[in-house]
Amino acid sequence: MKIIVCIKQVPNTTEIKIDPVTNTLKRDGVPSIINPDDKSAIEAALSLKEKCGATVTVLTMGPMQAEKALREALAMGADEAFLLTDRAFAGSDTLATSTIIAAAIKKLGADLVFCGRQAIDGDTAQVGPQIAEHLDIPQITYAAAIDYDCERDVLRVKRQFEDRYQVLEVKGKCLVTVLSSMTKPRYMNVWDIVEQDEKEISFITFADLELNREDIGLNGSPTKVKSTATKQFDKTIETVELDPESAAQTIVDALKARHLI
Amino acid sequence: MANFKHTLFEQMIKDFAETEVKPLAQEVDEQEVFPAETVEKMAKSGIMGIIVPKQYGGAGGDYNMYIYAVEELSKHCATTGVILSAHTSLCQAPILEYGTEEQKQKYLPDLASGKKIGAFGLTEPNAGTDASNQQTVAVEKEDHYLLNGSKIFITNAGYASTYIIIAVTGKGPKGPEMSAFIVESAFEGFTIGKKEKKMGIRGSSTCELIFENVKVPKENLLGKRGDGFKIAMKTLDGGRIGIAAQALGIAEGALDTTVAYVKSRKQFGKPISAFQNTQFVLADLSTKIAAARLLVYAAVAAKQNKEPTLSVKAAQAKLFAAETAMEVTTKAVQLHGGYGYTREYPVERMMRDAKITEIYEGTSEVQRMVISAALLKK
Repeated sequence: MKIIVCIKQVPNTTEIKIDPVTNTLKRDGVPSIINPDDKSAIEAALSLKEKCGATVTVLTMGPMQAEKALREALAMGADEAFLLTDRAFAGSDTLATSTIIAAAIKKLGADLVFCGRQAIDGDTAQVGPQIAEHLDIPQITYAAAIDYDCERDVLRVKRQFEDRYQVLEVKGKCLVTVLSSMTKPRYMNVWDIVEQDEKEISFITFADLELNREDIGLNGSPTKVKSTATKQFDKTIETVELDPESAAQTIVDALKARHLI
Repeated sequence: MANFKHTLFEQMIKDFAETEVKPLAQEVDEQEVFPAETVEKMAKSGIMGIIVPKQYGGAGGDYNMYIYAVEELSKHCATTGVILSAHTSLCQAPILEYGTEEQKQKYLPDLASGKKIGAFGLTEPNAGTDASNQQTVAVEKEDHYLLNGSKIFITNAGYASTYIIIAVTGKGPKGPEMSAFIVESAFEGFTIGKKEKKMGIRGSSTCELIFENVKVPKENLLGKRGDGFKIAMKTLDGGRIGIAAQALGIAEGALDTTVAYVKSRKQFGKPISAFQNTQFVLADLSTKIAAARLLVYAAVAAKQNKEPTLSVKAAQAKLFAAETAMEVTTKAVQLHGGYGYTREYPVERMMRDAKITEIYEGTSEVQRMVISAALLKK
């Protein structure tokens, strides 16, 4: 069984800086991590590998420095890693990105594709489902638990809704998007940390894939970002000194006035 | 070849120490519990076999990674730091250095996977700094050595299954002839004696070892007969870098805690970090830590490059890092004031933990003897 895990390297900060001219993310000088949902997707794939045997391939699209995220996945126990990188890919929105990643998955071949639900820097939750559409395979989103029945060759996924769970079984190829709350990802281990240095990261460029230029990069991105802004919170602190009873009443009144209770 | 291993290793160890080690440090100290579950987690992540080559089940990492691990673990819990240091420097390292192929294949895989823990026994009631005054004897018989005697203050004792033991095997030209042995806890006649109650590193298990007619198979002689003292001294050269890293970690942990505290603690209407006394003390402590760090990693380089200056560099690193740890933790308590003296804050524990680094694996006085002996020999 071959599992491809799609991951994204994201800035490790809630203070994401945005280039005011291009309205895209400024990555320079911000420490990067593997997107938390994606890290759980890696863990899900590695657990499945331990249980039933599989090869785990990690795939990411991004600039050259995204190599570190792939190497971290190798150090957790993934078998091989591919970096999709090309100037032609720059400026891709979720549609163009999923077009490129789907083309790469088609080339590499996979029985299962695991993605994180969404990335903390964009929060769209679109790329996973779009990849499944491009590949024309079933998708299960918001996985809170994944199990594999090795005997029956069936993937069982517990899907999380706001108020309930749905348990689905699927046979054959499919794509799953994983929640970071699913599991605590394992630490990198020293054996694989040492070994990953002996492994090569394979690069996939535009020339390696069957893609049309008009479908990718800025040209292939129907999403146009008009403006991006950080939400401003107006904090006003009012200090009143009251006895406990009237203090409680004051708090209740204030919460009611804001329709919070 | 790519070169990401140090970056990834540092990220992993920091994450591990903060998530798994820090939350337990206070309990490990107060309850005097050996953090067995943490050691299991370390084993699972390969931390118990960093320097052991792949063919013996280890990770095949370098000495730098191992020392960095001791430093980071000790930032939060010096007990956890010394468990790794004794296991790696005092048990795995001498087997790697002096063991036969059969000994390596027999003992290293379980030590590297962390299935078994390692320890080292040299010190005796009458052989501390005067380590050559050994009373434990191993008499050569037909197919074994008969081991009798006792060792004290043995780190990891009770939890370890594999011990490197130094014993007298005869008379040499300049005094007793000593040899080193690999002794398994399961050997008949080997028992664990008194458990010490200590000032610091209270979760670390420190006990007496008792040998009563223990038959040690001849194939468990480590190195050549008569090489025991040399093996012990060379092993301690490596061990001292581990203790220096432990001391460095304790000092760094105390400084980090103190920097956070002085920014939040207010007196006379402002944070105490606004006072120049605080600022100057912090600046001095930070500078000494930086110097200690350079000495520790210079010793690591000497070890990795097999430089003849290793003994002196390891002694200098341990001497300076241990005294730095003592000074930093004492001043950290002072900057915390009354709160620093309570067990609500970790600095009093760090101060108690720091003291041992000036004592074990050679006191600071022994380090001065090593350093000056090399100077005066020239």
